[in-house]
Amino acid sequence: MKYLLLIHGASDACTLQEWADYDKSLRDAGIHVDGNPLGEPSLSTTVHITDGGEKVVTDGPYAEAREVLGGYYIIDVPDLDAATDWAARCPGARYGGSMVVRPIIEYT
Amino acid sequence: MTGDVNASVEAIFREERGRLLAALVRRFGDLDLAEEVTSEAIEAALLHWPADGVPASPGAWLMTTARRRAVDRLRRDKTYAARLALLQVEADRSGPPVFEGALPDERLRLFFTCAHPALPEADRGALTLRYLAGLTTAEVARAYLVPVETMAKRLVRAKKKISVARIPFRVPEPHELPSRLPGVLQAIYSIFTEGYAASAGPDLVRHDLAEEALRLARILHRLLPGEREVTGLLALLLLTHARRAARTGPDGGLVLLEDQDRSLWDRAMIDEGEPLVVTALTGGPPGPYGVQAAIAALHDEEPTDWPQIVGLYDVLRSLTPSPVVDLNRAVAVAMRDGPEAGLALLDALAGEPRLRSLHVYPAARGELLRRLGRPAEAAEAFRAALELVGSEPERRHLLARLDEVTG
Repeated sequence: MKYLLLIHGASDACTLQEWADYDKSLRDAGIHVDGNPLGEPSLSTTVHITDGGEKVVTDGPYAEAREVLGGYYIIDVPDLDAATDWAARCPGARYGGSMVVRPIIEYT
Repeated sequence: MTGDVNASVEAIFREERGRLLAALVRRFGDLDLAEEVTSEAIEAALLHWPADGVPASPGAWLMTTARRRAVDRLRRDKTYAARLALLQVEADRSGPPVFEGALPDERLRLFFTCAHPALPEADRGALTLRYLAGLTTAEVARAYLVPVETMAKRLVRAKKKISVARIPFRVPEPHELPSRLPGVLQAIYSIFTEGYAASAGPDLVRHDLAEEALRLARILHRLLPGEREVTGLLALLLLTHARRAARTGPDGGLVLLEDQDRSLWDRAMIDEGEPLVVTALTGGPPGPYGVQAAIAALHDEEPTDWPQIVGLYDVLRSLTPSPVVDLNRAVAVAMRDGPEAGLALLDALAGEPRLRSLHVYPAARGELLRRLGRPAEAAEAFRAALELVGSEPERRHLLARLDEVTG
């Protein structure tokens, strides 16, 4: 069962070493599927298609600092308890940050 | 004759439904399938037992029937079977459960699933009533005074999360228990308090709900006999429920502790609860349910030992600080030191946001002001309480008090 771990409002207090250790622990456990940091909100761009079929590109959106989606992981574990255990070990869960765990729906 | 058989069939189902469901969830890893075949097995029993007699081992009969139905269903529906296949493999890895003789009791897993922290707190009691107490959706809806469709939607949504986000059916590891057990206890306690001081409706005490909570606490206590807080919860429910008959007058109105006819207290329930309090408070630091049970035990004694009750509220406050505990402590202080002392503590809680919606805060203030001979302020407090009160007997009690201070 795959889960997306969304890293919200990660603090600058997290060290590079902490992130590297966490990344390695996921790989060592054999549950790492994917995972990346994301560019800061000022680098984001929104796209949508109008009713007239026109492509519209805008700057943003911006979010409150503590809500900023800073990165994600995808892990493959047996159940939600395992997923939240791994989320709890992520540096992003500490120092005021939080992790959101969402199941990935697979149509087979 | 048929009536007798039906009555015994009903009795068995009450006891067996939760057990059967839990065992099937363990076997198939799917709440929907387990629920469906549990109902089918019970329907089959209703059909066959009145004619053929109740089998020697009704639980095993139901289990065998339900498993056959589940296998049939999985044969018919290959996609469903494929989705469950992986779960089954995972379940089988820990050894297939044995159904010879007594059914293995898998209900503890289900308790933890129904009270899982990833589910909305408001739904955990409802899920526990539905899947462990074996109530129908309509009965659960009645318990929470909501329309059946509303409750059905809530249960379906919760079940969907259990299934899709895969909330597991498992008993937490010992090191996880301190963080997970309080959720299970809270779910049962919330059922009890809903039954006990019904937040709305014509009755003050809804015995059926309180008794379901008591039954669930007994089951949990049998499953986790060594957990002192489980013992504490069971003791708390017994010692509180023991006063049920004295809490309402002949007209259904509220009777305060000091005015209660003590001969109406349930001695057997008090005798069962008291040793459990001792167990709950022995062998380690006390937990909040153990302390509340001790407070309930002191309320069941005559005369009420208010100094010790205040002391226990101090302990409770250090374990689970909350304005509601402060409110109860203030009332106990009023009983120990007089209304003036209690009122000073209550006034210090004014503006506390978590008390703003509770009628008991102004009601307690009104009561103390009345005793202090300050009728105008008492009336104002009773009027504020009447704005917030939900249950009819409490409303009548407050109206009578208001009459008294304005009359």
